[in-house]
Amino acid sequence: MTVMTMIQALNDALDVMLERDPDVLIFGEDVGYFGGVFRVTDKLQEKHGIDRCFDAPIAESGIIATAIGMGAEGLRPVVEIQFADYILPAYDQLVSEAARLRYRSNGEFSAPITVRAPYGGGIFGGQTHSQSPEAIFAHITGLKTVIPSNPYDAKGLLIASIECPDPVIFLEPKRLYNGPFDGHHDRKLQGWAGQSEAEVPDGHYTVPLGKAATVREGSAVTVLCYGTMVHVAGVAIDEAGVDADLIDLRCIVPLDIDTIVASVQKTGRCVIVHEASRYGGFGGELSALVTERCFYYLKAPTQRVAGWDTPYPHAFEWDYFPGPARVVDALKRVMEH
Amino acid sequence: MTLPRNARFRIPEPGGRPGDTPHFGDIDIPAGGEVARPHASSAEQDIRDLPFTLIRTLGDDGAAHGQWDPKLRPDILRIMLRDMQLNRIFDDRMFTLQRQGKTSFYMKSRGEEALGVVPALVLGQQDMCFPTYRLVGWLIARGYPLIDLVNQIFSNKQDPLKGRQLPVLYSARDYGFYSISGNLGNRLGHAVGWAMAKAYRAKDDIAIGYIGEGTSAEGDFHEALTFASVYKAPVILCVTNNQWAISSFSGIAGAQETTFAAKAIGYGLPGLRVDGNDVLAVWAATEWAAQRARAGLGATLIEFFTYRAAGHSTSDDPGKYRPSDEADHWPLGDPIERLQNHLTLLGEWDEAQHEAMLEGLTKRVRSAIKEGEAIGTLGESKPSVKEMFEHVFAEPDWRVLEQRNELGV
Ligand SMILES: Cc1ncc(C[n+]2csc(CCOP(=O)(O)OP(=O)(O)O)c2C)c(N)n1
Repeated sequence: MTVMTMIQALNDALDVMLERDPDVLIFGEDVGYFGGVFRVTDKLQEKHGIDRCFDAPIAESGIIATAIGMGAEGLRPVVEIQFADYILPAYDQLVSEAARLRYRSNGEFSAPITVRAPYGGGIFGGQTHSQSPEAIFAHITGLKTVIPSNPYDAKGLLIASIECPDPVIFLEPKRLYNGPFDGHHDRKLQGWAGQSEAEVPDGHYTVPLGKAATVREGSAVTVLCYGTMVHVAGVAIDEAGVDADLIDLRCIVPLDIDTIVASVQKTGRCVIVHEASRYGGFGGELSALVTERCFYYLKAPTQRVAGWDTPYPHAFEWDYFPGPARVVDALKRVMEH
Repeated sequence: MTLPRNARFRIPEPGGRPGDTPHFGDIDIPAGGEVARPHASSAEQDIRDLPFTLIRTLGDDGAAHGQWDPKLRPDILRIMLRDMQLNRIFDDRMFTLQRQGKTSFYMKSRGEEALGVVPALVLGQQDMCFPTYRLVGWLIARGYPLIDLVNQIFSNKQDPLKGRQLPVLYSARDYGFYSISGNLGNRLGHAVGWAMAKAYRAKDDIAIGYIGEGTSAEGDFHEALTFASVYKAPVILCVTNNQWAISSFSGIAGAQETTFAAKAIGYGLPGLRVDGNDVLAVWAATEWAAQRARAGLGATLIEFFTYRAAGHSTSDDPGKYRPSDEADHWPLGDPIERLQNHLTLLGEWDEAQHEAMLEGLTKRVRSAIKEGEAIGTLGESKPSVKEMFEHVFAEPDWRVLEQRNELGV
């Protein structure tokens, strides 16, 4: 057991898999000698050799296409897209190829690739270093989408993703890389040290894909979220003084529908929180599922707290970011019913 | 003869890493004036040697040589010197201010100042530049107010882009400067489209588009070349080969196999490979390509061979991946120093004038920054939060209106 930041935990997962499985290899922009702009692949090239962890040309579509080819042959490539914002040039490869190769070839070929990408805001990265694109992957059948919220899960989920026979989009909340963040940007920054979820077991372990975590239990309202918003929602629940079930989905595909339904049937209220803009966001799907499956248990209309329907604006980081105050408002609104 | 069977894939590695003696591979550097200048109307098939050489005018003696010498008047040379120097002083100050927490991010052009400044002076007011983030020199040479740059970088109340964009991702239509986004490469095709629009209107205005050598790996680069070639678009497409992307060297973009200029051959376009630290060569090459474009002879690909003498951005530490003294070993020198030497040799410049210029420019930068700081640095001042919701569409839809209302702005 070692206390790790999320960056170290991810690095450790990659290290474990490079050691364990000769079919695993890593490539992406700046991941080789330098170890990645966020240092997630630090020292892996030095330790495992240049053909196990190497730099790629700046061509996201090319990175994914090459990974799919390797994966089809039987390797387990883990590629990094430097920022999730830059995954879009590769969208066709992911949607038309990775997601459907198994289906259209009747299982002859498949794409067991893992695509890691830092995502989300809170770092003054402006329009193209802050976005949360999970909904555009959730919409595509054939892709799994995983989002950890702490170092322990990050390592276990990444190993599970690499071992998964299907393509996985692994979105890393970059605001959480070095410490939990509850949205109170004006308070002192916290590191991961001292947090129980930062205690990371040595060696191989997995956190299964498709299992949500109930972070805390309550009876009055269910809060559904993932990534950075798990921490924001946690503090908002305290500030609102409500008795909430806080559910960290961890995977949005496959989705742990049983945990969601059981919780909402228990509480009768649901608040959904994500950073991505609201319209067409994954919160819409969650809200529909909750309504379809829990309608007769609901005491209040489900509330969504999300980024505004604008691009992510540099100067207005904290006006855009759905911080604790907006979550508190939503919690209070559902409790009025 | 049978070939051995030992296929392995290869991962290119640079000439030097931290601690190594800098080494740039075997760069063949012709003397200033050595490369002949074909007529601007030459057929592409007749000039396929140009992508494999290096167009230079300034010799080691500081004099201009050969057919590519654009024979500029000394006052133009002094303007270029001033604008490149202003670019550098501005960069150095802004970099420091980012370190002091006054903004979130900055990127310098150090060593590449000629690539923004010179084409801005060569091309006309109606021509449009599709820049990368290292071309603030274009705006400086076109007289864009420094205070507007500062306000954009601070994202303050007077930011011309209303706080919506990351520092240095400027937009200035009136100055012939297209909006930059954080995504690499995907505006090169816009340059082609813009140029075609001008041709459609039977104007002889042209476009110039830039892309980094690292980014030339993106499909956007190859698509832009195809469209430019197919439609004979009046556009100049430039690869700024500054040897490094972030931590990956030009070999990761294919430089060990061929030159970036040589990519032109596959598209049937003329390709020029130019010493990007030689202002006269940059001038002459831009002018040559512009003449062709305006004459209806189509696009040219220019590789500007240069060196990124600073880190990639304020988020970068180049000492982690390249020898810390690599810049000192760059064989093509510094564009500002080389022009200064040239002017001095001509008897058109001296130490005293240079000192006076530096002092004047430093004052200008200081006073712009002071003015910007008085308005406010990042976080101290920002445009009205209303601005977050403006310009999503020409007319806001109900979502934008409701959400603005919800936020109370
Ligand atoms: C589509 C896309 N992919 C990746 C990035 C991240 N990134 C920003 S700058 C950069 C390096 C660009 O290198 P190059 O094209 O050589 O330009 P230079 O910075 O050297 O001028 C990278 C990888 C990005 N901004 N956009």
